[in-house]
Amino acid sequence: MAEAIHPIRSMTPGLRILRALVVVGVVFIALWLGLRVLRDPNTFAAFGPTLSKLAQALVALILGVGGIWALFYAANVIIEALPTRATDFLRPYVFVVPAVAVVGLYLIYPTAGTVVGSFTEVPEGASPLTNYTQAFTDQEVILALRNNLIWLLIAPAASVAIGLAFAALVDRIKNESLAKAFVFMPLAISFVGASVIWRFMYAWKPPGQNQIGVLNAIWVAVGGWLVDLGLLQEVEPVAWLQEIPWNTFFLIAIMVWLQVGLAMVILSAAIKGVPRDLVEAARIDGGSELQIFFRVIVPTIRGSILTVFTTIAIAVLKVFDIIFVTTGGNFDTSVVAVRMYQEMFRFRNFGQATTMAVILLVAVLPIMIVNIRNLRRQGVGA
Amino acid sequence: MTGKSATLRSSGGDRGGWLVKLLVILIVAMWIIPSLGLLVNSFRTSVDSSSTGWWTSLFHPLSTQWTIENYQSVLTSGGLFDALINSLIVTIPSTIIPITLAAFAAFGFAWLKFRGRSLMFGVLVGLIVVPLQLALVPLLRIYQSAEMTGSFLGIWLAHTGFGLPLAVFLLYNYISQLPKDIFESAYIDGASPFTAFTRLVLPLSVPALASFAILQFLWVWNDFLVALVFLGTSSDVAVLTIELASIVGSRGEAFHLLTAAAFVSMVIPLLVFLTLQRYFVRGLLAGSVKG
Repeated sequence: MAEAIHPIRSMTPGLRILRALVVVGVVFIALWLGLRVLRDPNTFAAFGPTLSKLAQALVALILGVGGIWALFYAANVIIEALPTRATDFLRPYVFVVPAVAVVGLYLIYPTAGTVVGSFTEVPEGASPLTNYTQAFTDQEVILALRNNLIWLLIAPAASVAIGLAFAALVDRIKNESLAKAFVFMPLAISFVGASVIWRFMYAWKPPGQNQIGVLNAIWVAVGGWLVDLGLLQEVEPVAWLQEIPWNTFFLIAIMVWLQVGLAMVILSAAIKGVPRDLVEAARIDGGSELQIFFRVIVPTIRGSILTVFTTIAIAVLKVFDIIFVTTGGNFDTSVVAVRMYQEMFRFRNFGQATTMAVILLVAVLPIMIVNIRNLRRQGVGA
Repeated sequence: MTGKSATLRSSGGDRGGWLVKLLVILIVAMWIIPSLGLLVNSFRTSVDSSSTGWWTSLFHPLSTQWTIENYQSVLTSGGLFDALINSLIVTIPSTIIPITLAAFAAFGFAWLKFRGRSLMFGVLVGLIVVPLQLALVPLLRIYQSAEMTGSFLGIWLAHTGFGLPLAVFLLYNYISQLPKDIFESAYIDGASPFTAFTRLVLPLSVPALASFAILQFLWVWNDFLVALVFLGTSSDVAVLTIELASIVGSRGEAFHLLTAAAFVSMVIPLLVFLTLQRYFVRGLLAGSVKG
């Protein structure tokens, strides 16, 4: 393209503008046609269901991937068609304005709308705080907030503790990377997929039938053994996800199972970065392995521990999928994000929904600030 | 973090006693068993699946009747094939569009001078802290009045908007560190910033682009909430997570189908994860702040 620049600059202004108009016209017509085809699933119906779906996918990929580049190219052509001074002035904006505009439309405007809406979307003449007073007196909302708090107290701490312990232990064995890969793998799995995996782990069958869930199989086997020993009257399989209040803890276990990999990877890297002299010195001073771990290694990597902790805390506050898919928020397991979804789509109460979102923001913000400060202190970039 | 000295690793190797090994094996087992159960059960018949635990088949592999019928069933009548294609239609542009916009913007912020630069950059990156829930209600209203709900374009742009602050932040960190000389010599040769960007910056930024691409790909592929709100559950557009959740709703006790469907939804992210693990780990820490 470098060779092509000069010929364009040497064109007459009229020709340059004509070229720009043609390019822009072609790009827009192509995008418009492509989007129309994409919206109508029956465009390729003649090919049969499978081929038509694949054809649709192909159009989508060409459109989505090519479209964004075509738009940048067209913008550049327009800029080049202008007088040199205008070109130089506008050029930087071609690079940054698209991103700023998208973020303005998708984050700035709606966030402002949500915050304002939580105060203004109240019945005629009611106080602007109506949504908030209503939220904090609603038993369901209080329950959701309480559950979020339980999640926040347990999930990050448990993930960090297990991840740190595993990282320290695995550092001492031969097949380290293999062992780590297994614990790390759930990070690639969606919350919905993990929910299905754990619904199966928690599966319940009536007493007398074979249990097909791992947890109930163990429960019934161990319980039966205790009954045989006379230590227990009887044992019944447990519907883990309906057993209030313990069900919340069984849902938290799913999150921990997913997040330990993240904690382990980051903390393992941090442990390997602890200077060896430091550890050797402690060893010479007669410190036991446990003392070295808690008094030397943990303090040295506390920055990483804080990062992992806050990162998981943020994910936990926003948790939605796991609860929505497993219990739908029933059996006292609801959280703020699930409540918000229900306000939006079940009750159509957008005022309450925005209030839930603002509550989330207020909860996340301080943790986010700690997280970013800490990241910056560690000098973490890409 | 610290120290030029050798790390713990080099003293490592096999220093663990039996207790260490036992604990590692215990934790690894707890992390494998749930996924293993899913995989094993997805190849069992519906009768076996509902009457005995999956481990019975694992202990008696020869007397078990293995089957791929569950996969055939969910892919054809279950609509999971369409959902798989829909997930691809959603995920690939939702990865490429933000990464393109972010790369252009990161270059602009790092190497071009213009008015409002630091303000725009500050606002853009500052938005990392906003949870996407804040955007849902007003955006849904816009989408409903513009008839954008249930359209692929709509969800591409939504994922783009939500992913951009982090993408710009990560790519800026990388692109701003490129050596200055390469641009100067390119400009002397008569290249425009556009050319310098496409010919020099993009090829040099591949590691950063790859890190973010993997992160965003997995994030979008595994997303449930954004798809549920903006794309919906109609089978023309429903993605894998949505379809899987709807099977949980309609056939929640049919574990032979559920396990197969869940595995279908996990195949591609697992492949991406296994082949590109290196980039993935690198992007993880930096990406951990995603909103």
